[in-house]
Amino acid sequence: MPKITYITHDKKSHTVEVQNGLTVMEGAVQNDIPGIDADCGGGMACATCHVYVKEDWLNKLPIKEDGEEDMLDMAFEPKTNSRLSCQLTVSTELDGLIVDIPSKQT
Amino acid sequence: MIKTDTLIIGAGPTGLFTAHQLKLIGLDCEVVDNLDKIGGQCIELYPDKPIYDIPAVPECTGEELTNNLIKQLKPFNIKFHLGERVDEVKKDNDNWIVKTNNGKSFSTPNVIIAGGVGSFEPRKFSPKECEKFENKSLFYSVKDKKVFDGKTVTIFGGGDSALDWAVELSKIAKVNLVHRRDEFRGADATLNKVKELTSAGKINLLTKYQLVSVSGSNKIESIDIKSDDGGTKNLKTDYVLGFFGLIMQLGPIANWGLNIDKKTIEVDTEKFETNQKGIYAVGDICKYPGKLKLILSGFHEGALAARACFKLARPNEKYRFEFTTSSKTIKDRLGIKSD
Repeated sequence: MPKITYITHDKKSHTVEVQNGLTVMEGAVQNDIPGIDADCGGGMACATCHVYVKEDWLNKLPIKEDGEEDMLDMAFEPKTNSRLSCQLTVSTELDGLIVDIPSKQT
Repeated sequence: MIKTDTLIIGAGPTGLFTAHQLKLIGLDCEVVDNLDKIGGQCIELYPDKPIYDIPAVPECTGEELTNNLIKQLKPFNIKFHLGERVDEVKKDNDNWIVKTNNGKSFSTPNVIIAGGVGSFEPRKFSPKECEKFENKSLFYSVKDKKVFDGKTVTIFGGGDSALDWAVELSKIAKVNLVHRRDEFRGADATLNKVKELTSAGKINLLTKYQLVSVSGSNKIESIDIKSDDGGTKNLKTDYVLGFFGLIMQLGPIANWGLNIDKKTIEVDTEKFETNQKGIYAVGDICKYPGKLKLILSGFHEGALAARACFKLARPNEKYRFEFTTSSKTIKDRLGIKSD
């Protein structure tokens, strides 16, 4: 199973195995990794599953769908490497992905 | 003090259908919601997005679903208290005393929480010192535009609210419009107007910038904004407006003595009652083994919670299950003439 690493704001690293087909958001929620709220449950409607993706991974991720950038406008401290983790579906290609979780979601 | 059989907190789809179920079985109810309109997440988060899993409705938008639920409530006279947040729920003998932030109070044996993920509140700026100026020289909504007359106003955001206010306030004030990227998500017509006003020098447009700090003693004097490439700019401004949409906050619900886990309230699956007698939770906010956060689940949960309310609201009567197709009593309540 692909391994995803979540780095929480206190610099703690959490590496977990996430099943193919689940999203990076679901991987965090199911493994009780703090800092991902996911209030809307993955509907790309709330921007509370916001993560920063390590630069070298940016191009390997699925392209942003219409609406993701709009939602990121509302995220807490968005940057150029911001993504909504509910839009990142885990696959073998994403094995080893590292994401940073912001200090807060709202 | 308003007396009612049941108070529903939340006017989203679950709250609306729960109100319908209560009225069908002959109970009164009133509905409170912090938003200024009916519909909850459906109307605030996805009014235009199609939903495909409402039973017998192959496709509808959040707005259409809301309008149909309101239509379904038409036979009943239900009082909605919008733009009010429930702050306090306290026990008084057999009743609950419920108070809102606007000072309204209710006395009721039953409270049904259909609160989604909590109440909608504006998303705020991240720098800490912003709090100090909130509602003085920094706002998340405009109540009286006259205060900006002749002043400098800096507006942050890229949606319709930010664009609309930039256009409107440019008539009476000096306007800076700041957004984190070049693309805006507001309506094309408004965006064109903003561009026109920018060329005419009426709006100072700054894109790829975000707020980093606010300075001033009693009121804001200037702000620093930072661009993606690291450069900062200092802007003199009298007022700052932020339009970043709304976020859901559990808020005061956390203080009502309920068993809460990860922003959800534990309930049983017979009455959808919480650990407090007479307080129920339905829809996205409730939690039980197997819970699905679907609108259809909220409808089911509301129907059962409504029946549970009957016992406390009418302790000396027996609830009789009836079908809408055949019950004369129900048809009378719906205002339908039976033949």
